[in-house]
Amino acid sequence: MDALIAKLKTQIIQQLNLEGVSPDDISPDDPLFGEGLGLDSIDALELIVLLEKNYGIKIENPADGKKIFATIRSIAEYITANGKA
Amino acid sequence: MKTVISSYCVIRNHQIMVNGETVLTKEKDLPFSEFIKTAYDLNALPYLKFFKMDDLCKLAFVASEFLLKNNKLAEQYGAENVSLLFANTSSSLDTDINYYNTVKDFPSPALFVYTLPNIMLGEICIRNKIKGKTAFFIFEQFQAEFLCNYATQLIRHKKAKAVIIGWVELLNKNYDAFLCLIEETDNGIALTKQNLEKLYTT
Repeated sequence: MDALIAKLKTQIIQQLNLEGVSPDDISPDDPLFGEGLGLDSIDALELIVLLEKNYGIKIENPADGKKIFATIRSIAEYITANGKA
Repeated sequence: MKTVISSYCVIRNHQIMVNGETVLTKEKDLPFSEFIKTAYDLNALPYLKFFKMDDLCKLAFVASEFLLKNNKLAEQYGAENVSLLFANTSSSLDTDINYYNTVKDFPSPALFVYTLPNIMLGEICIRNKIKGKTAFFIFEQFQAEFLCNYATQLIRHKKAKAVIIGWVELLNKNYDAFLCLIEETDNGIALTKQNLEKLYTT
């Protein structure tokens, strides 16, 4: 799980062009939206693309997104349960 | 008071000029991405959204930062009294092509949102809390007369108290940005087609 979290941090920084943010700046339990990294709706779409492109996971129900993308840890847990990490 | 060009900014050939003075010059072979990042670092306050913008928006954004530096137009005139009047030749084609290239694999939402040229107006408005009228036009080349007349009418008919005129063109690594601030004040260069053309070709 720790390795996947570390990998996700790097992928998210790259995919979302989070300039000046390093993996160490992101706690796996910090909220990604609102507070924390302060991501927006376009970032959410980019996260969906990231999951599909890198982990072969399609989120069929958009309503699940809020829970899946709450934190880095929740994304990692979803990938572990549903994908090929 | 007269309607005047109170300040202007030109960015081309990896050089930035503000009111006729060169404020940044970089080597011609520097990639645009590095040039515009250097320009951002030189002037702009931390604004992380900059790094998510496409190149056209980055160019317009940096030019507006240099143009407006300490000028809080929304506070001075009221947010709804500041207008933006922009134009270019290639619309958002540079990003359209980049987006099209992602469609073959995974379409990029972050690129898609920039596949309209008037998004750069929105970025500048958000940054400066401007809520006035905005318009974007596509011309084959810089149209000083049209832009001059349009800005004059906006101010004369009290639709705006300040207007930012912008020509922001970018395609295939070729770019050209010219922004000027139009206000009613005693200090500045009279807003005429000839003066606008002269400043544009500085």
